Amino acid sequence: MTMNLLTREEVEPAGADVAADAAFAPADAIEMTVRDAIALALREELTADEHVFLMGEDIGAYGGSYVVTKGFFDEFGEARVRDTPIAESVIVGSAIGAAMGGLKPIVELMTINFSLLAIDQIVNHAAKILYMSGGQVNVPIVLRMVTGGGSQLGAQHSQNLEAWYARVPGLKVVCPATPYDALGMMRNAIQEANPYIFVEHSLLYRNKGLVPKAYYTVPAGKSVVRRRGKDVTLVGYLRSAHLNLEAADILAKDGIEAEVIDLRSLRPLDLEPVIASVQQTNRVVVSEDAWLTGGFSSEISCQVQERAFDYLDAPVQRVNGADVPAPYSRELEELAYPSTEDIVRAARAVL
Amino acid sequence: MTTIAHNGNGVVNAMAPTIPVSPTSMVNAVTALQHSTAVGSQPSDSQLVEFFHQMQLIRRFEERAAEQYTRRRIGGFLHLYVGEEAVAAGTINRLRSDDYIVTHYRDHGHALARGLDPHAVMAELFGRATGVSRGKGGSMHLYDAARHFLGGYAIVAGHLPIACGLGMACQAEGNGRLCLCIFGDGAVNEGEFHEALNLASLWKLPVVFLCENNLYGMGTALAAASATSELYKFAEAYHIPGARCDGMDVKDCYRGMGDALEHVRSGAGPYFLEAMTYRFRGHSMADPELYRSKEEVAQWRKKDPIVTLREDLIGRGVISEQHAQQIERQVEDEVESAVEFAEQSPNPDPRELFTDIYAESSRSHVARHSRSAVGETTHAEANA
Ligand SMILES: Cc1ncc(C[n+]2csc(CCOP(=O)(O)OP(=O)(O)O)c2C)c(N)n1
Ligand SMILES: [Mg+2]
Repeated sequence: MTMNLLTREEVEPAGADVAADAAFAPADAIEMTVRDAIALALREELTADEHVFLMGEDIGAYGGSYVVTKGFFDEFGEARVRDTPIAESVIVGSAIGAAMGGLKPIVELMTINFSLLAIDQIVNHAAKILYMSGGQVNVPIVLRMVTGGGSQLGAQHSQNLEAWYARVPGLKVVCPATPYDALGMMRNAIQEANPYIFVEHSLLYRNKGLVPKAYYTVPAGKSVVRRRGKDVTLVGYLRSAHLNLEAADILAKDGIEAEVIDLRSLRPLDLEPVIASVQQTNRVVVSEDAWLTGGFSSEISCQVQERAFDYLDAPVQRVNGADVPAPYSRELEELAYPSTEDIVRAARAVL
Repeated sequence: MTTIAHNGNGVVNAMAPTIPVSPTSMVNAVTALQHSTAVGSQPSDSQLVEFFHQMQLIRRFEERAAEQYTRRRIGGFLHLYVGEEAVAAGTINRLRSDDYIVTHYRDHGHALARGLDPHAVMAELFGRATGVSRGKGGSMHLYDAARHFLGGYAIVAGHLPIACGLGMACQAEGNGRLCLCIFGDGAVNEGEFHEALNLASLWKLPVVFLCENNLYGMGTALAAASATSELYKFAEAYHIPGARCDGMDVKDCYRGMGDALEHVRSGAGPYFLEAMTYRFRGHSMADPELYRSKEEVAQWRKKDPIVTLREDLIGRGVISEQHAQQIERQVEDEVESAVEFAEQSPNPDPRELFTDIYAESSRSHVARHSRSAVGETTHAEANA
């Protein structure tokens, strides 16, 4: 990939307000995939700052199991693109220590399922050190991990666990669903001083979109309205952010105007656009691939009723993955994750 | 009876076919460690006097803390280091001032040996705003970034991976700086211990792994928890030189640390030092000590590292009895002053509840504490 985008040195970082994401002319933009966008941000930061380095299993010689860091090993060398043993706890723990010592590690944990072997480092250490030290020591790391099912990988490789991490104060959890967000959020995550969980959905890597040539970043904690509508609010993130747009197209054929909101970030969580939208539409459907019980959709439902109860004309609807370990069979797996039809059905139910 | 000999590299080889695993027989086994006589391996007499002062400070600091705990001025867990003071004094004082330290929750001794202000450490135990971690860490989470004392950690073995990362940062600097990582015998059975040793060796990271083997993890004896009682031998499997030192003897800890530092500073990678020691008090203040006999504790108390050092210093005429008492009185005053300071310090502002969860702008604290380190240097020069 040879992208010729402007780098940090060339352009002043854009202001924080990126709610109007799409406000750039196609002539000033380039089309790329989510995968390319992440790689671009990594490449930019590796080039701009000698303290930045990548580490993880098979990110070097192998090129990354999701091919994000292909070519990096030759380009930046083994010291800055470090292949590690299969030892998630020490991968994350050593990244924490390296960050405490002044380096900027970006870790690839292959998949979110494997991050559970490092959950002690992520939850008990990375998220706690700034607080326990009374503000003396911060942990600027980025932990990239692939989430999601839908590829017939079976129960141990198909989980959506990002909302677990979103429960933990001290972590930031971002979930980019578009190339624009992937690039802007990765730039921001690397430049920020906090532990980031950077969630990449396996089915979105090939998703294409326009990315402005001008330099910009996307902060954590800013939801974005993807489509305006007055009849029902559809809230989601990652894969469900896309399903919601498809559902809105289907609903539009029946004259139903859905407003579609992509959360983009689970922690910090920005529900302002959701509350504002519900005040207009009086109806809301929240969808995510993750299990129903105790899911992040429950958190959103609760906050919506706390903050906009008087505006609701129907109970908040949740569309979640089935409460089951992910099955292997294609037919069963299709039933295990929300579909566009599930969302359309839920929207009709509240109208 | 075990005989343990040092080879030229400071690596200890256990010669005996069997190693005593009972804490009582270990008392004698520790005595059997042969001391290296290499030049420069011994602390000077004036250093030993300083160590005596420091060990006495740690001892009295903790005894006073225990007293304050029973008066409910200190809450939570309080893990005392009483009996183990020689390890902190003999090892930490041999570090460079810019070396990193990460340690476990039994951390008061390490913090004081590193020169953290006893006032601020006591205030931390009291949960006050003037504490080293501003009242937000507590006894188990002492931090002083300016002294590169990067925390006490309360997840057994959880900080070993972090030590590897600090080693990576030191390695990148390439100026011989290293990280000392202190943990208990309980940590060696955790996966994180093994992951950390493997990575440290694989990448030749400048880390000294210092295991304080006090023969118990809470109430579980080492023999009931670990497949081997010679913990330094775990290092061998990872191609890391490992050695033992007598943790009840500050001189031997100093010697052991000297070997460790020589190896690690040369760029040869990590080193594993196992200090054989014993805690005279319970695991924490809550421990009724049902798992060991009074006789066993009494036997170990005969090897009290502070008493031994005091006798040595007076016996060799390095200091007089009066001088020793003067040091003890001085420590008494220091600790009293620390307790008073803690008592009089304000509680954290309620707004502190919601601060320090996220860092603001700058990427790393390193810039900040190198600034404060510069400030300190100026201060020290002004005093000199
Ligand atoms: C991962 C983990 N498991 C269990 C505990 C509870 N725990 C606290 S201290 C301790 C014993 C540790 O013993 P050791 O490492 O030998 O250190 P010592 O207390 O003897 O200094 C245990 C089991 C813990 N803090 N962390
Ligand atoms: Mg122990």
